[in-house]
Amino acid sequence: MLNKTLTEQSQALAKGEVSSLELTQAYIQRINQLEPQVNAFISQTPEQALAQAKAADERRAKGDAHALTGIPLAHKDIFCTQGVRTSCGSKMLDNFIAPYNATVIERFNAVGAVSLGKTNLDEFAMGSSTESSFYGPTRNPWQLDRVPGGSSGGAAAAIAANFAAGATGTDTGGSIRQPAAFCGISGIKPTYGRVSRWGMIAYGSSLDQGGPMAKSCSDLALMLEVMASFDAKDSTSVDQPVPAYSQGLTQSIKGLRIGLPKEYFGEGLDPRIADQVQAAVKTLETQGAIIKEISLPLTHLAIPAYYIIAPAEASTNLSRYDGVKFGHRCDNPKDLQDLYLRTRQQGFGTEVKRRILIGTYALSAGYYDAYYRKAQQLRRMIKNDFAAALQEVDVIAGPATPNLPWTLGAKSQDPVAMYLEDLYTIAVNLAGLPGMSVPCGFVDGLPVGLQLIGNYFQEQQLLTLGHQYQLQSDWHLQQPELSTSGGN
Amino acid sequence: MSLAPEQVKHIAMLARIGADEQELQAYSQSLSSILDLVDQLQAVDTNGIEPLANPLDATQRLRADQVSEPNQREQLQSVAPATAKGLFLVPKVIE
Repeated sequence: MLNKTLTEQSQALAKGEVSSLELTQAYIQRINQLEPQVNAFISQTPEQALAQAKAADERRAKGDAHALTGIPLAHKDIFCTQGVRTSCGSKMLDNFIAPYNATVIERFNAVGAVSLGKTNLDEFAMGSSTESSFYGPTRNPWQLDRVPGGSSGGAAAAIAANFAAGATGTDTGGSIRQPAAFCGISGIKPTYGRVSRWGMIAYGSSLDQGGPMAKSCSDLALMLEVMASFDAKDSTSVDQPVPAYSQGLTQSIKGLRIGLPKEYFGEGLDPRIADQVQAAVKTLETQGAIIKEISLPLTHLAIPAYYIIAPAEASTNLSRYDGVKFGHRCDNPKDLQDLYLRTRQQGFGTEVKRRILIGTYALSAGYYDAYYRKAQQLRRMIKNDFAAALQEVDVIAGPATPNLPWTLGAKSQDPVAMYLEDLYTIAVNLAGLPGMSVPCGFVDGLPVGLQLIGNYFQEQQLLTLGHQYQLQSDWHLQQPELSTSGGN
Repeated sequence: MSLAPEQVKHIAMLARIGADEQELQAYSQSLSSILDLVDQLQAVDTNGIEPLANPLDATQRLRADQVSEPNQREQLQSVAPATAKGLFLVPKVIE
């Protein structure tokens, strides 16, 4: 049952073929055996999971079940969970027991989903490899010496390793789509404002967006129906009805116009990835989609614009970690200044400090116009670029990543090299559009992701397209072999 | 664009992040390479382009000025490093 999709598990629970308690116990056992090899979790909550599973089975027996009642999930350790440590992968929050639940967590609790624990991530979601976590790197279940991508690398690895059939993630510049691609799973970053950010620890507030990660697009649809909502507690939440995504997956994709940006297939792309993506596009074409070449001429400027805007917002957001109200505090501060300086020196890791410093510089007197304002102007130009392309086509398709997952440590000393890996995902966050990655093949035994980008609030179109593709392919059903004997 | 360790020291003070000489040296290098990356923006003509702050061009939603949340001081202070009588404690600021 652990190698089944979330959709299949939901059906099995509904038919009474398995109970939530049995399913949850089986996951806990598997995690106990294999987690030391993968390090997908920061905190496991087996006791809470078993209690939730029992409650879910009782609820189902009363005839009051939702599709996700009793489904074991894992939550990225960026979502506040009441009574459970919420660390965001940082020493700064190592002692932080959240006093309240994020809206996303509340919504999964309300339908009776089970939480197995909190998954690993790059510290404060700043990274593309899950190596900057205070709790050590997560390893890619497909090849344990490779990174799982990031920042939602723990979530992606957990699904690939069959530690959970679904997980929550967040995406500020590719943090759902890139690890989904690297671990051979599906993940969608919804339109900015679709999923509440309340209780989701902030990195770049105008870019951050939560979303589901799972094996199939059908699974994503079931999860997104629950996650998406209007939330008065999030001032950027959008008040629009949430479609019943899982009911719309059988729509035909005949006549759907798909654009391939020539800039996404140019220099820097591993040709073996290009081949896999082109093959997937061919499949969509045989299913009736119309394929067109398009252009997104400002693609190369998305990373520079992002590395002003995101750090600027991060430096502002992370000013709250001051050793006063919660989180780490240095020992024996001699005065308030010393308290701030040493608390933040000790509590933050290298990459987080780097981004705070860049953001502080970009926002400081005399540099604001040259950097921050300029980047925001570029941001509008990039948004306009997409708007023009989405006049011509319904969906944009391309690779999710330029390269295969790299070996652990290979890019840790070179931040810019790491940043450039997000070439195809980052612009989507600047524009606020929905983007998804679905498995579309393997190169040297490592998964490759197809990225699909849609228009604002057109998540249904992406999920349907992905689902129709997954009816014609089985890349998303491939499983890595993890042996209980350990080692690589 | 490069940042000397002296400049990094100033920025680190603005950000209230302590840093020793070795750290300043390392940040000077990595921040300079990041600035080289972002300086590509300077070549683009953005004259007359309205800056974009929210991807949906949304403005801040306001709510009625009414008390909506219960007092949760004890719960919220339960995770504080130091409190007394409902107050957060910090080192003495005024002698």
